[in-house]
Amino acid sequence: MLAFTLRRAVQAIGVMFAVGIIAFSMFRFAGDPVNQIVSIDTSAAEREVVRKSLGLDDPVPVQFVRYFADAAQFKFGVSYQFRQPVSALLSERMPATLELAICATVFAMVFGILMGVYSALKRDTVLAKLFQAVSLIGISLPTFLIGILLIYLFAVTLGWLPSFGRGEVVKLGWWTTGLLTLSGLKALIMPSITLGLFQMTLIMRLVRAEMLEVLRTDYIRFARARGLTTRAIHFGHALKNTLIPVITVAGLQFGSVIAFSIITETVFQWPGMGLLFVQAVQNVDIPIMAAYLLMVSLIFVTINLVVDILYTVVDPRLRATVGRAT
Amino acid sequence: MTEPVLSVRNLQVEFASRRGTLRAIDDVSFDIAKGEVLGVVGESGAGKSVTGLAVIGLIDPPGRIAGGEIHLAGLRIDNLPPEEMRRIRGKRIGMIFQDPLTSLNPLYKVGDQIVETIRTHLNLSESAARRRAIDLLAEVGIPAPEKRIDGYPHEFSGGMRQRVVIALAICAEPELIIADEPTTALDVSVQAQIISLIKRLGRDHGTAVMLVTHDMGVIAETSDRVAVMYAGRVAEIGPVQDVVKNPLHPYAKGLMGAIPTLAGEDKRLVQIPGSMPRLSAIPRGCSFNPRCAFAFDRCRVERPEPLPRGAQSVACHLYDTVPAESAA
Repeated sequence: MLAFTLRRAVQAIGVMFAVGIIAFSMFRFAGDPVNQIVSIDTSAAEREVVRKSLGLDDPVPVQFVRYFADAAQFKFGVSYQFRQPVSALLSERMPATLELAICATVFAMVFGILMGVYSALKRDTVLAKLFQAVSLIGISLPTFLIGILLIYLFAVTLGWLPSFGRGEVVKLGWWTTGLLTLSGLKALIMPSITLGLFQMTLIMRLVRAEMLEVLRTDYIRFARARGLTTRAIHFGHALKNTLIPVITVAGLQFGSVIAFSIITETVFQWPGMGLLFVQAVQNVDIPIMAAYLLMVSLIFVTINLVVDILYTVVDPRLRATVGRAT
Repeated sequence: MTEPVLSVRNLQVEFASRRGTLRAIDDVSFDIAKGEVLGVVGESGAGKSVTGLAVIGLIDPPGRIAGGEIHLAGLRIDNLPPEEMRRIRGKRIGMIFQDPLTSLNPLYKVGDQIVETIRTHLNLSESAARRRAIDLLAEVGIPAPEKRIDGYPHEFSGGMRQRVVIALAICAEPELIIADEPTTALDVSVQAQIISLIKRLGRDHGTAVMLVTHDMGVIAETSDRVAVMYAGRVAEIGPVQDVVKNPLHPYAKGLMGAIPTLAGEDKRLVQIPGSMPRLSAIPRGCSFNPRCAFAFDRCRVERPEPLPRGAQSVACHLYDTVPAESAA
């Protein structure tokens, strides 16, 4: 088990190294960084001083090693537009994004699994068919449209919820949270739904399909022949077997939730990393873009690692093969 | 004679399909006494497994019991509400399925599955149920049961898993066990062990056993009586020695003729010409008539009803022409 985890961790580091090369090469292909920093009337001599002070006259491999070593300590250089360390900017924005992503995922998981189980067990009811129809809309409507429709309905027409921002936030050390104030919670509702709706419909459809599949298996038939209660069969035996693929998808989707939060954050002017990234793209702020790339890949890689480990917790068969392979 | 454990009378099972209603079981009647093993043989699709599923109440839509009655020790069970039928399943009727590799839930320890079943049916504490589970595993011949009880199904071999399945089927001391091809998925040496295990359990606990199989060898070894099924009907039923040595129904004769003997030299095995009709195209009269060498006009119009012939009972017009005094 430990060897398995370590092996996966080494693979993860390999992936991060590859992403680091891509992030680093962005600097070299997107124009001369010195031009981005200095103003137009800076003299050539002054430009050289800046170049030297940033280490840009060193050979490329040296620069790469330096960049990577800094990145490993979460030092991503200084933003061109804000003139502040990128790591400070990111860590300031990260709580907003993570809070939104977690709320969206929890919303997607809870409602997705409930609706999926219901529509598998009560396949022929009106409600189950309604879920199916709604899920089709959820899967095909683009995120920004859902966000705008929600704003129009709940913020503009009804005036129940704020249309933008995080509301009041409370500082807990370096972390800022909107979960502790009423306005923060209200501000979280619409962005979470917007961001989680696609995931919710995906999970719902997956749970429904898997559940129907599992209910046809021999061990469910045998469980019925043993006279177990319907409740024990559905929620003890069937649901647990359904959850394995759901964990994979929900886990991998958590990465996409963070990545897709760019759109939701833009629609709701949510002060998170996604909004920061969009601004960085508009201003060719390479350090932020590179750092964002690294952060998102780090999150993806970490999630994959966690999902792999979670599998073995749920499925004893994997535990055995993992044990044998190592 | 005391009341039979299982009594099936004129059972009919139908499946609704796009091409109309198909009758999988048509007018099947048989009894199983306490401690008796009834073998049910027939080709694939003869209705053996469906009969077993009908008895335990697991016919899923679009199938349904369309007629007849099933009595378990005097209690009519074919029309019980689902919740009451559930209480009978596993407690009074145990079932063993064909494939032990897929019968157990892969995510739960075998002990947990046994304890769960015991506690569903018997009012026992967790620890008492666990002790009982260990005893059961020992009884079905699993070595070191106190250790194996915490194993997962994938850690058991096929034969061992079938033993676990049997332990699950008998964990509440049922009066009747339905074994649906319990040895088909196992290799031959393990088959013999499982068969003798089922036989021993039936004898020790006085359990009635309905053994569904297409293996005549298994039937001859285990059963007290045998029912030969063809196209959803019982063609012949009787004590196993009689049916094997002196089959009456032409189909049963054909089946017995198809058993290879060890003594036999290189004689070709006798084959029954043709194949069983599809449920949507069962011939008029006796369903076996197109394949029967002795068929005459009456067989093509009138369906034969079971006739007693000594200890046997046979549904064939050939025996209706014989004077009545020869039948006991």
